[in-house]
Amino acid sequence: MNAVTRHERTLSLWGKQIKPRVLFGGNGPPLIFLHGAGGLLWDDFLDALARKYTVYAPEFPGTSPGEYDAIKVLDDWHDLVVYYSELIDELGIKDATLVGHSFGGMIAAEIAAASPRSIAKLVLLSPLGLWRDDAPIPPWLSMNAAEMAEVFFYDQDVAKRFMLTPEAIATQPDLVLAATWALACAGKFTWPIPDRGLRDRLHRISAPTLLVWGDKDKLVSPVYAYGAIKTSSFRRSTQPISRPVLRTRGYRSFLRPATH
Amino acid sequence: MKVSFFGVMPHRELPDDFEKKYKSVWVDPPFHELADPARVGQFYNWTLDEYAHAAKAGFDGVCLNEHHQNAYGFMPGPNLMASALARETNQLNTAIVMLGSTLTTNFPLRIAEEYAMIDAISGGRIVAGMPPGSSMDANQAYGVPPIETRERSAEAHDLILRAWAAKKPFAFNGKYTKLPKVNIWPRPIQKQPPVWIPGAGSASTWEYVARNQHCYCFVSFFGRKMAQNVLDGYWASNDKLGLDRNPYRAGFNQVCVVGETDESCERENAKHIEYFYRRSMHVPEHYWALPGYQDYPSLEKAVRSGVAAKVSEKLAQFKTYKYKDFVNEEMIIAGGPETVRDRLIDLAKRLRIGNLMLVMQLGSMPPELTKKSIDLFTSKVLPHLRGVWGDEWENHWWPERCRAKPSVKNVERANA
Repeated sequence: MNAVTRHERTLSLWGKQIKPRVLFGGNGPPLIFLHGAGGLLWDDFLDALARKYTVYAPEFPGTSPGEYDAIKVLDDWHDLVVYYSELIDELGIKDATLVGHSFGGMIAAEIAAASPRSIAKLVLLSPLGLWRDDAPIPPWLSMNAAEMAEVFFYDQDVAKRFMLTPEAIATQPDLVLAATWALACAGKFTWPIPDRGLRDRLHRISAPTLLVWGDKDKLVSPVYAYGAIKTSSFRRSTQPISRPVLRTRGYRSFLRPATH
Repeated sequence: MKVSFFGVMPHRELPDDFEKKYKSVWVDPPFHELADPARVGQFYNWTLDEYAHAAKAGFDGVCLNEHHQNAYGFMPGPNLMASALARETNQLNTAIVMLGSTLTTNFPLRIAEEYAMIDAISGGRIVAGMPPGSSMDANQAYGVPPIETRERSAEAHDLILRAWAAKKPFAFNGKYTKLPKVNIWPRPIQKQPPVWIPGAGSASTWEYVARNQHCYCFVSFFGRKMAQNVLDGYWASNDKLGLDRNPYRAGFNQVCVVGETDESCERENAKHIEYFYRRSMHVPEHYWALPGYQDYPSLEKAVRSGVAAKVSEKLAQFKTYKYKDFVNEEMIIAGGPETVRDRLIDLAKRLRIGNLMLVMQLGSMPPELTKKSIDLFTSKVLPHLRGVWGDEWENHWWPERCRAKPSVKNVERANA
């Protein structure tokens, strides 16, 4: 299938102190995608979503070209959540479908908890944000590329396509810089433990929520998915929550635009 | 020149297969597999003995630092050690060089208080080093998000200096520390203890040090060759900012051992030097700087200039080095007194440093051998180093009461 035509736009937010790049493309109702700690990569997955949605993929503060210092102006988790609410307003999207992957899932869940009425549907792809002592999340920021590949990818052949080799420092300096700094910026809100108290706010999520998880996920164990469903806070939410979808099957039917 | 003795309080008896069997000497090594608490108690006392010995033998300063969760050198509380040494050296004019309490791993006010206590106990002999803490210590052992390391350090630095100087209680509204009424007891005897800032070559640190009129220290175990660019960069940055070239604005840390002759030095120390670089420095490369520990401009410079690749190559290389390679590569300065003297004078002049720290106990080196090296150094080398910078410059970065200028005789000896 052909790749979707992609556009980009730079926003001016937070009193003009943060100028994130937003990649967007596709047809259909708006969908916001929040990337993980490694930075934004528009891949086949986003292309697939863009066939049914207009996908907006903002870059995390500090990770847009030339914007490395933008991360400094967001002091804490509260700032970050308010910042994303400002970003969604600036995009002019109401009733957004919000999709977040890993660290992006942690942010997406928090946005949906902070402003439940602004989010129509929530999709969390193996999100961070909770903590269980029986399934501690490995400290990826202190790992080298080989160790990261081991926990980020089930299929190590796929890992080879994505992970940078030690030689990349000489052959692909731009990629090394971008990847290192993306990890550094996400690290501000995930190190040393990627838990900023989401558990206490989960009960506020009212959007229908889909959890998508790999059953072999070594970064965030799927026990988090079952755990999240069992918590009373989720059961109290006003909309039923989907069962976890393992091996990432099932997100397409859930995401089918509503026919109202 | 002012010369300080540096010991790092290492584990001296790691097993022969340590670096093969364990991932890292820092952060991860299992204490109960590798150490015995009572034996470790002896290591601390040996270390204190060696420091006291160095002070009595004539070193200008004793230099202490803070590291956590490791078998390389585990002085998590350098102020505890310094307190004992301050008391023990009260009849001497030895500076207590704290390099020091790390700003991100302590409550800043506690550093202000404890440094003031050490200054009080020592009668005004403290040098107040303010390191951010290594990435292993600050980020891994103490959980500070790497990207906040510098900002937290800068804020702690400001609070400490203000807490020492303030005539009246003040409120402090920092990002990381908020206090309603800062009014510490005691205050340092020195009006403001000299401040040393360790750095690793970031331009932002050079500028920060210059702006605050502190002393910049490059603390490294890799010798002059790896330091030359950093110190050259520092001096060029100072020139641009209009600062004088007072060599006491800079400090450097050098591994150094002295024997009767070059041959006996090698015979006695080779295995300890190799132990140090193989086992005590057995750290996965990426641990030295988790993403964010370096600011973006420094990271970019390191990646694009090829320095990062070069460091990486060096780190891999020295694991196979023998004693002679370390000497030839100028990573260590070792040998008989004449050899050590000539190479240290050459090093000081080429880097333009007035404050020299010598790591003379390291790895498995036993106390007797360390003391022998100290004695040979203080009797046969140190007199030749004191006058390296003549009497042209004042060392504003040394406690005033320990600052006596070098004698004319020493100046002549150094320039002979």
